[in-house]
Amino acid sequence: MTLMAQSTTLSTKSPEPAKNLTELDELFGGSTCRWVSSPTHADYSKDPVNASLTAGQKIGFLREMLRIRRFEQQALKYYNQGIMGGFLHLCIGQESIAVGTSSLMNGHDEIITAYRDHGHALAVGMGMDECMAELFGKGTGCSKGKGGSMHFFAPDKHYWGGHGIVGGQTPLGLGLAFALKYKAVNGCAVCFLGDGAVNQGVFSECLNIASLWSLPIVYVIENNGYSMGTSLERSSAFNGPLAYRAKGYAIEAEICGGFHLYELRAKLGPAMARARAESKPSVLEVNTYRYYGHSVADANAKKYRTPEEIDHYKKEFDPITIWENQLLNENVITEEEITKLDKETKAEAEAAAEFGINSPWPAEETIFEDIYYEVDHQTEAGQTGRHFFSE
Amino acid sequence: MPVITYRQALNDAFAEELTRDENVFLMGEEVAQYNGAYKVTEGLWARFGSRRVIDTPISEAAFLGLGVGAAMMGLRPVVEMMFWSFAYVGLDQIINNAGCIRYMSGGLINVPMVIRGPANGGTNVGATHSHTPENFLANTPGLKVVCPATPYDAKGLMISSIRDNDTVCFMENTLLYGELGEVPDGSYTIPLGVADVKREGLDVSIIAHGRAVLTCLAAAEILAAEHGIEAEVVDLRSIRPLDEETILNSVAKTHRAVLVDENKPFCGVSSQIAALLAEHAFDDLDAPVLRVTALDAPAIYSMPLEKLQLPDAQAVVAKVLSSF
Repeated sequence: MTLMAQSTTLSTKSPEPAKNLTELDELFGGSTCRWVSSPTHADYSKDPVNASLTAGQKIGFLREMLRIRRFEQQALKYYNQGIMGGFLHLCIGQESIAVGTSSLMNGHDEIITAYRDHGHALAVGMGMDECMAELFGKGTGCSKGKGGSMHFFAPDKHYWGGHGIVGGQTPLGLGLAFALKYKAVNGCAVCFLGDGAVNQGVFSECLNIASLWSLPIVYVIENNGYSMGTSLERSSAFNGPLAYRAKGYAIEAEICGGFHLYELRAKLGPAMARARAESKPSVLEVNTYRYYGHSVADANAKKYRTPEEIDHYKKEFDPITIWENQLLNENVITEEEITKLDKETKAEAEAAAEFGINSPWPAEETIFEDIYYEVDHQTEAGQTGRHFFSE
Repeated sequence: MPVITYRQALNDAFAEELTRDENVFLMGEEVAQYNGAYKVTEGLWARFGSRRVIDTPISEAAFLGLGVGAAMMGLRPVVEMMFWSFAYVGLDQIINNAGCIRYMSGGLINVPMVIRGPANGGTNVGATHSHTPENFLANTPGLKVVCPATPYDAKGLMISSIRDNDTVCFMENTLLYGELGEVPDGSYTIPLGVADVKREGLDVSIIAHGRAVLTCLAAAEILAAEHGIEAEVVDLRSIRPLDEETILNSVAKTHRAVLVDENKPFCGVSSQIAALLAEHAFDDLDAPVLRVTALDAPAIYSMPLEKLQLPDAQAVVAKVLSSF
């Protein structure tokens, strides 16, 4: 449990106590500058969790990250054209986290996340077609057009959503872990949340119970520095990393640079293993960065951060570029193969968009389906009394 | 038939379901070692152990959400709210998660959970401990709401609720826990969505749920003895699903309806019943539909005034008489 200061950039800075009004103004109203000049990656390639990776697996990770980015870029295109509605919370810039996590899951692990959920969904194996169709609100969508961007689910892939209320998924994750322990399954639950969600009261309640009952859960804080448009420094009181709040509950807490898959896997792997082997919770704070707004609709760089900051992250911290360079250096892949992968994933995303656009809207009668299990299944319990009150 | 308390009937239901189904577990504040704040779970921790009967910290949002997560994974949590009023700090988990996940997942997930505890005023504990949320929880498609009035109904409805594959909000009443009633030995179920005519009569239908049913039965005795009016008392038992057929059949027979509700009047359960009668019983009615509800103020602490706040038998009698 060491503070890897050389590879983390975001939350290790404690705000100095404000001494006068000018400083207060800077603290609460000023722009923030969270980035460092360049990434300094410790070498995690020899870590046991990484040393055994095959070339095929490493290339697979690149493909998955590319698939997520191309998928979201296609979605953005149609969202901006007004063809797609809803909210659109893009994870472009953060793809390594979903891919790195799903690469560590075994058949008994469960995951759950918040509303920035496209990457996690694709990483666990959901299809681009069903996900894209859901964004368009079509009947072929993964939730039949009933959930939208924030609510993708695939319980058959141990993926429990996709949740729209900040922090609302954190006790659900606790429930997944509780069920694993109750059933004596040797698995762990991984529950993602953002740096904004740490300030929801229910998350603190969850940490207490996770520790008290020794539940096999890893809370992964995807710290992209902004809770919507409010920077970390303006939203959170902390003494060191946000994750260290968990230490108050006697929970193992660690921070991790999220830009390099090797580091992410090296830090997350042991936390998941600890959950499985010892049924103990952990909190891992992963520093990351999103290039787009909280959702596409927000003011983005114009209001709460500078274009220079975004460009800096794109140039220096892009998880896909970093991974491509890693694989090129390892002679695992060639430039030509990367280009080919990129084209394939782009074509897949374009085909998914076509599928979504060309899919039919859900039928009107489906409005009253998928509300009550007993009604859907026409059980005895589903046939007594009136369940729906529209004329 | 054995005569037991409402409290014991619920306790028996838990014991039988804990025995029958390994996936059932009880959770809540003081439900285990303390034996339940109102002793509803008395003896169950000693009998079933800490894995099945679980004391929680005072963190309603977290353990309600934990219940939802565990239910998604196929367990059957029975989560106690020491008071339903305390569920208000966890409404996100009940409404957004338990209530909406099935829909938002396109039917991939269901949440077979029971959330239970007392939801009543009239106990001299002030507004924050006296809420009756059956109306607004029943306003969430995806949730079911049950309000039993008698020991027999409490047990049969609880067993049905635990076996139900959707989330059931089960509302008890601290003033009913000590009420006695006949309850058969062994397991039985009462389907949700089936009302019960607790007293037959030809002159007026008095429609109620929860403890108000007992108030109405007392009023019906007075009406019969002192006014020669034979009231029919319809106990809704379940708010959602709702047994509209029994309500309409009763009103078609009596041609008068008085709705009695410990819920507040604005958009209360009785409002929904009034709308039903306006739409479907207009031609059957010989008089306007009348209501007796809790007075429309936060539950007052002061004991004599609080007694005025909830419907009593005399208020029901007066309202019925005004309908003739």
